[in-house]
Amino acid sequence: MALARTGLGPAAEALAIPVGALLAGVVLFGLFVAVLGQSPLEVYGLIYKGAFASSFSWQNTLSRAAPLILTALCVALPAQAGLMVIGAEGALALGGLAAAVTGHGLDGAVPLAVKSAMLAAGLLAGGAWVAIAAALRQYRGVNETISSLLLTYVAIALFNHLVEGPLRDPASLNKPSTHPIGAANAIGSLPGLDVHWGLGFGVIFCVAMYVLVFHTTWGFGLRIVGGNARAARLAGLPVGRLVVLACFLGGGANASLIAGYGYTGILVAFIARQNPLAIIPVAVLLGGISASGGMLQRRLDMPDATVLVLQGMVFMLILASETLYGRFRIFRAREAEAGTPVGTPV
Amino acid sequence: MTDLGWWGVPIAVLGGALRVSTPFLFVSLGECITEKSGRINLGLEGILVMGAMTGYAASYATGNPWTGVVAAGFAGLLLGTLHGLICSLPRVNDIAVGIGLMLFGTGFAFFLGKPYVQPKAPTLPAIAFGGWSSVPQIQAALKVNPLFLIGIALAFLLAWAFRNTRWGLVVRMVGDSSDAARAMGYRVNAVRTVCTAAGGFLAGIGGSFLSLYYPGSWSEGLSSGQGLMAVALVIFARWQPVNCFYAALLFGGAGSLGPALQSVGVTSGYYLFNAAPYVLTLGIMIATCSTRRTLAGAPGELSIVK
Repeated sequence: MALARTGLGPAAEALAIPVGALLAGVVLFGLFVAVLGQSPLEVYGLIYKGAFASSFSWQNTLSRAAPLILTALCVALPAQAGLMVIGAEGALALGGLAAAVTGHGLDGAVPLAVKSAMLAAGLLAGGAWVAIAAALRQYRGVNETISSLLLTYVAIALFNHLVEGPLRDPASLNKPSTHPIGAANAIGSLPGLDVHWGLGFGVIFCVAMYVLVFHTTWGFGLRIVGGNARAARLAGLPVGRLVVLACFLGGGANASLIAGYGYTGILVAFIARQNPLAIIPVAVLLGGISASGGMLQRRLDMPDATVLVLQGMVFMLILASETLYGRFRIFRAREAEAGTPVGTPV
Repeated sequence: MTDLGWWGVPIAVLGGALRVSTPFLFVSLGECITEKSGRINLGLEGILVMGAMTGYAASYATGNPWTGVVAAGFAGLLLGTLHGLICSLPRVNDIAVGIGLMLFGTGFAFFLGKPYVQPKAPTLPAIAFGGWSSVPQIQAALKVNPLFLIGIALAFLLAWAFRNTRWGLVVRMVGDSSDAARAMGYRVNAVRTVCTAAGGFLAGIGGSFLSLYYPGSWSEGLSSGQGLMAVALVIFARWQPVNCFYAALLFGGAGSLGPALQSVGVTSGYYLFNAAPYVLTLGIMIATCSTRRTLAGAPGELSIVK
């Protein structure tokens, strides 16, 4: 009865199903590339080269992964409480703006103090914005998915209004931006790596959130209460603040910061099944795929959107693979095997 | 151009509303059909962009813009069917699949559309309703695209069909109570998939308007999020097709209020006017929701009202 002993448990299932879907996506995209007359092996070789082969490509990958980690966290933590927030972009815009304004206002002070103040301002602004959606849910029963989407548009309009209007640096003519915050106050690079500190913050927050959600009583309560609006508000408040860091990283706010990270971040959270630790590898993988677009364009003369097609196929397949959970006997915990007591040798 | 002073503002807003509201109208009607059946498709943005690309490419290849419109519709139909089928699998989240479809559709359209950024395809004609006036601004404002008129007719047709046909009754029943529909012997997932596909068809046509009439060329920055806004429009319209038409006019008009005011010297607050429809929609949601009652008028099976 070897079969009964191979029960691999839910952790293996949570790993095997998305990886299987990822492989299916890789095969599908390989076919797509082959139909276009390119060699799939060559394309994948170049994607690897563009994403992970050299220290330069790692830098590119990791700096794309950092904002994904932070926006994905903004989705994952409310999701643990049963809330589906899709307004990370709004929090990103306002948080970045708040950080930039603070940085300018305190120009001339000790850089460390300025940085801390900017961080705090960014956290507060982004957190408050996401908290609006959570509060509307709790006190008025307004669906948080839709309200956070609407609030994103309002936030981006506010952002554009403030950057082009009252907060505009008169010296920036073609590309409206706020007053520069000064190089000393910009966020630095991680020691030894040419990647900004946002990645460090992202990883630290992922680990902290993992501990918070899975190893504290507060997190336990959060997961238990799930759909309950009270817990949701508790979750909504701190999470929104995190995402804002992604904006803080750049060290200043200008319109080019809003680059669609919010929506990819939502899918990163879904693929990671809302687990803060799983977000890190998923974000690095997707950051790598998007970083390799330039390589494909230079070497094979394929459009840089090629990697978007790969991403899209992988997304759709992994989301569809949600349906496979619980369908495979092999992943059932041994306790679930009928008539086989736990630990009994068969 | 005659100088109209402040009178230029309402004329420009009207013209803007007539010009840019067509894609809003089509995506919101498409989303309305999908949501009436109890599902939400957040991927209309991807379908819109895909429709814009397909429409432009087909118009370029055949020399007939109307072929482009039909091709765009079918591209949308395919993506809508994909969403509908994936969401028919148990335990798959329709909101997440929608966001996935949005990224997949735009990525695929950018990929396939690269060769069509440069060439000039034939675009759709306009019907001039402003011939009675000698004021050039009024003439410009009253140039209307035939798709806009088709969209209006479609809005009234859908409203009639939802109320008076067997098909409309089935869709509404599936959307309000899947248990009741199942008890009556209807296949819930099949009805929803068809409705999502039909919604995709309309969103694809809305996309072809962007590339074939206004702005009238294909580029990667063509859509300004009209597809995502469809969800807000449908809530604003209380899931009524005819209201979708008014909502589309309002959203289109709000977008042109900023530039219109700029032309008479009011330069501040440009971006805030763009946000006005969202604030209004949010206001409506806040006013009509309570912790005990979901959105009035919403289909009962919709995940966002639960």
